[in-house]
Amino acid sequence: MISIENVCKSFVLHNQGAAEIPVMQGASLKVAAGECVALTGASGAGKSTLMRMIYGNYLTASGRIMIGNLDVATAAPREIIALRRGTLGYVSQFLRVVPRVSTLDVVAEPLMATGAAHAQAMQTARALLERLNIPERLWTLSPTTFSGGEQQRVNIARGFAYPYPALLLDEPTASLDPVNRATVLDMIAEAKARGAAIIGIFHDHAARDLICDRTHNMTQYTPGIAA
Amino acid sequence: MTPLLQVENIAKFYGARIGCAEVSFDLYPGEVMGIVGESGSGKSTLLNLLAGHLVPDRGAVRFDTRTGGLRDTVTMSEPERRMLSRTDWAFVHQHARDGLRMNVSAGGNVGERLMAVSARHYGEIRTQAIDWLGRVEILEDRIDDRPTAFSGGMQQRLQIARNLVTGPRLVFMDEPTGGLDVSVQARLLDLLRGLVREMGLSAIIVTHDLAVVRLLADRLMVMKDGHVIETGLTDQVLDDPQHAYTQLLVSSVLQV
Repeated sequence: MISIENVCKSFVLHNQGAAEIPVMQGASLKVAAGECVALTGASGAGKSTLMRMIYGNYLTASGRIMIGNLDVATAAPREIIALRRGTLGYVSQFLRVVPRVSTLDVVAEPLMATGAAHAQAMQTARALLERLNIPERLWTLSPTTFSGGEQQRVNIARGFAYPYPALLLDEPTASLDPVNRATVLDMIAEAKARGAAIIGIFHDHAARDLICDRTHNMTQYTPGIAA
Repeated sequence: MTPLLQVENIAKFYGARIGCAEVSFDLYPGEVMGIVGESGSGKSTLLNLLAGHLVPDRGAVRFDTRTGGLRDTVTMSEPERRMLSRTDWAFVHQHARDGLRMNVSAGGNVGERLMAVSARHYGEIRTQAIDWLGRVEILEDRIDDRPTAFSGGMQQRLQIARNLVTGPRLVFMDEPTGGLDVSVQARLLDLLRGLVREMGLSAIIVTHDLAVVRLLADRLMVMKDGHVIETGLTDQVLDDPQHAYTQLLVSSVLQV
């Protein structure tokens, strides 16, 4: 489902003396449907960078990033928009939403974007929020004022609202209590069972060992560390 | 898929100075594109060229018309262009008073666009006006008030209702949230996002507010000195800017 071949990335900081910082060289990885792979390596090894490149958030300098039949590295913006709508989900570490929009609407939005009926999307959103133990009295409020753990769970609910065939998870269990952590791990296992290809970053090693089929060390692609 | 709008190498000069030059892009149905850049970068000139308010010195602006497919709006006749701007296009001005009739009631402002496309039944026009005022969160009992009696945020919402009532396919917006305080801005953004999604609108939004484009636009175009210096997916341009000027722009935003 996901096939990454020989990708490279460097940042050029024009306003800081045009410093060029190579951050990744020759990264390759394949993830099949129903498989969960954890990216590992120390801070700065390029785990998040690779996730963002897969999501089309960072430009890829060279190499191929195939999601299904689309090469994200060369795709047009509208192709990436379509990919994000129906194929590739992303649970980031931080919630970024329009102020004033209710939690229910935030969670239902990915479904609405794929053309689901309003009632159906709301029902799914309610079920997810209930499962993730977000108290019902908060559902009509904007998540911008929620605690860190609550925001993270809203983010997860949003990421799992639509059954994406490919999923990127950036520390999905980082600030969760044991009960909610177990729920999230169950949800990831269910996504695997329905055939989603998943790439994740887990600093929670116990969770990683439970849910991931294998790990992939990013340090080998980091210029300056590997050399 | 046919693009809704196809812009090819348009340019506009003010005497020897460049308004904007060498701008080309395709906009597809349902896409929202943001144009950012500092004052004087040519973004408003570009928007006015696209909307037919200014005549470009060269280049083509092709719009996918309902009957004739892609047609160059620069060379089409004035009546044809005016018909487009009444039906398929909408233009939301930065200052609501530029887009509203200040001496006509709120309902009249919305109804006028309908009458311009041959609606004649008073009851139906009024019903539609009430429906649209409701969608932009203006209470029905304000329908007979003039916009002069409205707050700035309400005027802007009224202008949006007036523009969208005829079901346009392409909306041009010039700093739609400029000059509004932040709480009103957030409400307007939420409203615009909902309308864009429900109606499947395409939109081109000119702004200098990067937070606004991040929330509203799928794609982003960065302008400087009349030229487009960078384009791409909105979050890609903001998170991984390639051009020196874009890097400066993004790094200059104050964090709250």
